[in-house]
Amino acid sequence: MAITLDQTIEQKQQSWLSATLASQTFWVLVAIALAFLYLSFATDSFATSKNLYNITRNVSFVAIVALGMTLVIITGGIDLSVGSVLCLCSMILAVVMHAGYSIEIGIAAAIGTALIVGAFNGILIAYLGFPPFVVTLGMLSIARSLAMVASNNTVVFEFGPDHEKLLALGGGAWLFGIANPVLYMVLLALITGFVLRWTKFGRHVYAIGGNEHAATLTGVPVRPIKVAVYMVSALSAGIAGIIQTGWLGAVTTNLGAGMELQVIAAAVIGGANLAGGIGTAFGALVGAALIEIIRNSLGLLGINAFWQGTFIGGAIVLAVLFDRIRNLRLND
Amino acid sequence: MAVLELVNISKHFGAIQAVNDVSFALEPGEVVGLMGDNGAGKSTLVKMIAGNFRPSAGKLKMDDAEIVLHRPVEARRHGIEIVHQDLALCDNLTAAANVFLGRELRRGFGPFGILDYATMYRRAGEIFAELKSETRPRDLVKQMSGGQRQAVAIARTRLSDAKIVLMDEPTAAISVRQVAEVLNLIRLLRDKGIAIVLISHRMPDVFTVADRVIVMRRGQKVADKQIADSSPEEVTGLITGAIERV
Repeated sequence: MAITLDQTIEQKQQSWLSATLASQTFWVLVAIALAFLYLSFATDSFATSKNLYNITRNVSFVAIVALGMTLVIITGGIDLSVGSVLCLCSMILAVVMHAGYSIEIGIAAAIGTALIVGAFNGILIAYLGFPPFVVTLGMLSIARSLAMVASNNTVVFEFGPDHEKLLALGGGAWLFGIANPVLYMVLLALITGFVLRWTKFGRHVYAIGGNEHAATLTGVPVRPIKVAVYMVSALSAGIAGIIQTGWLGAVTTNLGAGMELQVIAAAVIGGANLAGGIGTAFGALVGAALIEIIRNSLGLLGINAFWQGTFIGGAIVLAVLFDRIRNLRLND
Repeated sequence: MAVLELVNISKHFGAIQAVNDVSFALEPGEVVGLMGDNGAGKSTLVKMIAGNFRPSAGKLKMDDAEIVLHRPVEARRHGIEIVHQDLALCDNLTAAANVFLGRELRRGFGPFGILDYATMYRRAGEIFAELKSETRPRDLVKQMSGGQRQAVAIARTRLSDAKIVLMDEPTAAISVRQVAEVLNLIRLLRDKGIAIVLISHRMPDVFTVADRVIVMRRGQKVADKQIADSSPEEVTGLITGAIERV
């Protein structure tokens, strides 16, 4: 026994490599790479700049919202309202700009709306002890209804004096031909990743998901942090809404309908654990990317679009299955 | 001089008298076993010392000066640390992250400081070495044994200059070998001059490590004597009420 106590303490049980191999995100990434390779050879239309441009842009909307959702899921919560909040924020932006206000005022109004909605969700959940599922299910209904009220259930496609600026913001490609939404996605993912890994706030988000009672006992400000994560989630939906409005050039009241399920799927496929405590910003992007590749490839391979749901659902179950198998091995 | 003194402390919740007129003093470097049946008032008493509850009557004194604790943070500021029964650990975080939970070290300026991983790992490692525990700061608590988990929870009390450590059932639900580890940790803290209140149901633990035993029954202190002058039989009698009071 030549090993001293100090040496033992210095060791780490898992090496960097084994930690990577054990991560769900890594295996989903491998799946994406394999699909990418296969599709590049199997079809002429996949690895074209036009198709890749479309894929990356389509990924970005779900991915941006999944970043906020990941934070909520790490705390052990859920936010079902994101699709409706996206629609409400788009509509507020559209209506304000349509009324002749500048793009800055429109964006400020949309973001303000998102923050108010998020704070409302968060306060009910953190301070009044409502289950997140119920509060955000209610908000799912409320936000979409408010979007209908705001627009009188019409399609808005004229955005006043700053019309062109808005379309450029969402539909342009300002850097190396990469679609603008992709740039925003990368920027937001970097910020989210940084916050989760390097700030006290991020550490506390994980702690709340791991053991909320312990976090409270050790002096973590649990309730303000919970309010903050629901605000971030709504904010990410609002930002995605603003960008999507610019890209689509029109807002209808069914924008983002059913999106919450895609977003949750992306977060879960990317490794976030609905029981709380686990998840990464990178995982949210990877999960969103896998869903979009499945969607895109089915089209290119000429498989009936009705099969989409089966494949995406299968991916969710398969990704979590990996995690289960790993946990079973750990518990042995 | 007593590091902590309880003077005629009482606590009632509505009509229920949880703690009734309890007084005792703790000396530095003293291990006091606090025993009693469920509902005897042990937890309520400890929660008053830890700042979770305020006494209905009586006062707490540290070094002869009265202190009033409104929140657990204030108790901590006075050098009173608590190791919770369930240890209050987050399984998904590393040992070091758990040690520093709520007191994370940061570098950089003000509110924009980033987590100082290097210093937290190093400091946590130093504390584990000091506690002679084979606990690795970088490992997840999820994978740790009961003894290591205790070490992580106890390491928290070493971050600041604690004068008093309250331990709530630290040896419940762990293996025999690990109980020995935990009792050693308690001795280590004692040797540093820290006063320890050990709440336990386990007679052998109290008689192994404590200097003094206080027995509570129905909210009242029914015994307070040196371990050497008592016996497990006597304490059992006091807990159950077979012996009224000594």
